[in-house]
Amino acid sequence: MSEQSEKKIRVLIAKPGLDGHDRGAKVVARALRDAGFEVIYTGLRQTPEQIVAAAIEEDVDAVGMSLLSGAHNYLFPKVVDMLKEQGAGDILVFGGGVIPEEDIPGLKEAGVAEIFTPGTPTDATVEFLRQRLG
Amino acid sequence: MGLDVEALLEKAQQGDKRSTARLISGVEAGGEAAETVLSRLWPHTGRAKVIGITGPPGSGKSTMTDKLAKYWRAQGLRIGIVAIDPTSPFSGGAILGDRVRMSDLTLDAGVFVRSMGTRGQLGGLSSACVGAVNVLDACGCDLVIIETVGVGQSEIEVVNVADVVAVVTVPGLGDDVQAIKAGIFEIGDLFVVNKADRPGADRTASELRSMLSLEEDERKRRMPVLLVTAAQNEGIEKLCQTMERLFDSMQESGMIEQRRSARLRQELLTLIQDEFGRRVINPVLTSPAFQEDFDNFLARRENPYLWVGDMMNKITEGRLL
Repeated sequence: MSEQSEKKIRVLIAKPGLDGHDRGAKVVARALRDAGFEVIYTGLRQTPEQIVAAAIEEDVDAVGMSLLSGAHNYLFPKVVDMLKEQGAGDILVFGGGVIPEEDIPGLKEAGVAEIFTPGTPTDATVEFLRQRLG
Repeated sequence: MGLDVEALLEKAQQGDKRSTARLISGVEAGGEAAETVLSRLWPHTGRAKVIGITGPPGSGKSTMTDKLAKYWRAQGLRIGIVAIDPTSPFSGGAILGDRVRMSDLTLDAGVFVRSMGTRGQLGGLSSACVGAVNVLDACGCDLVIIETVGVGQSEIEVVNVADVVAVVTVPGLGDDVQAIKAGIFEIGDLFVVNKADRPGADRTASELRSMLSLEEDERKRRMPVLLVTAAQNEGIEKLCQTMERLFDSMQESGMIEQRRSARLRQELLTLIQDEFGRRVINPVLTSPAFQEDFDNFLARRENPYLWVGDMMNKITEGRLL
């Protein structure tokens, strides 16, 4: 009769920093929507503070960040740390964009759950989130 | 779900946004969790004023909501915003993108923004949306703004939740004809022509005014039609003051009380229907016994309409199990 009792996975998609290319983020957002998720799309030029504050207000299950400007080694772990500081360390953090392979282990150690580089089929992101959050 | 509602409420009232967010999630979860949250919050509700902003996609509702919130924040009010976007009937998912236009509000301790999908409801609001308004009310918001999908002709539910409803339109959408169609004229307390810097804005406003002048109901004839350019923050102060005046006069005339009682009635009806579906109907429809009956209907060996009557009797006579 109503689908309200179905648990929806809520994911925040954000672009931190000054990079203005949001096509990838939008592609992922659409794929997640088509997979039945609720995607809170916050758009461009988000500071880590804004991303964390929005994630908490929206009580999301995961935060996905897209970055093409190279600042990922600073910005991604910053978001992970700030979520932990504000008692929201259970929110899964993942990322995508122009991320060199050699940076990925460091990011994972800093608490980023997964990185999806360009060319990865969106199915992979959907499956990953379903497995971790379903 | 194990939510300590009272503890969360206390923290929320002191400004802890995570607690408010958790309470809203409890409501979104539906079923017992929602019932628990809503019933424990009940004594704390009834204070907040509720404003509905509705209108077609692209009319600038989110930008307008952002500016309205900033105006009222400057007056010292604590504000809650529920931004509603459509859930896809196919995938069950949704892109909730209204926050893009409200970025500045994210770090404001006195504003709480929650994005929600319509989640299967054919009208503009789900019962979880109404529940979210109650949570924000209980957590201390002076004002709650609901910003709805507004596809134009089916947003009749927002009037059951808001005290004052603003219908937003933009020049050149052909709304002068559309507005005559049932629904849109009925739900608004005022019209806003946004993007008034575009050509045709004055004409749109005067067409709306002349259509309103033909209304039989005096209240409708006197409905304000305002021109606003939200992106430039023009006309916003006048809009806010108009809504405040409307609220006060509706309160004096008893209309706010009427709206709120209709809101409670609607909420109860929706909650009961949802629960009834969940607890009584769905188990029947998913049972193997029903599958057999259903095959018989398709093969025309049995009459489905008789089955319906029989089922209703079983339910009302308590013989279902």
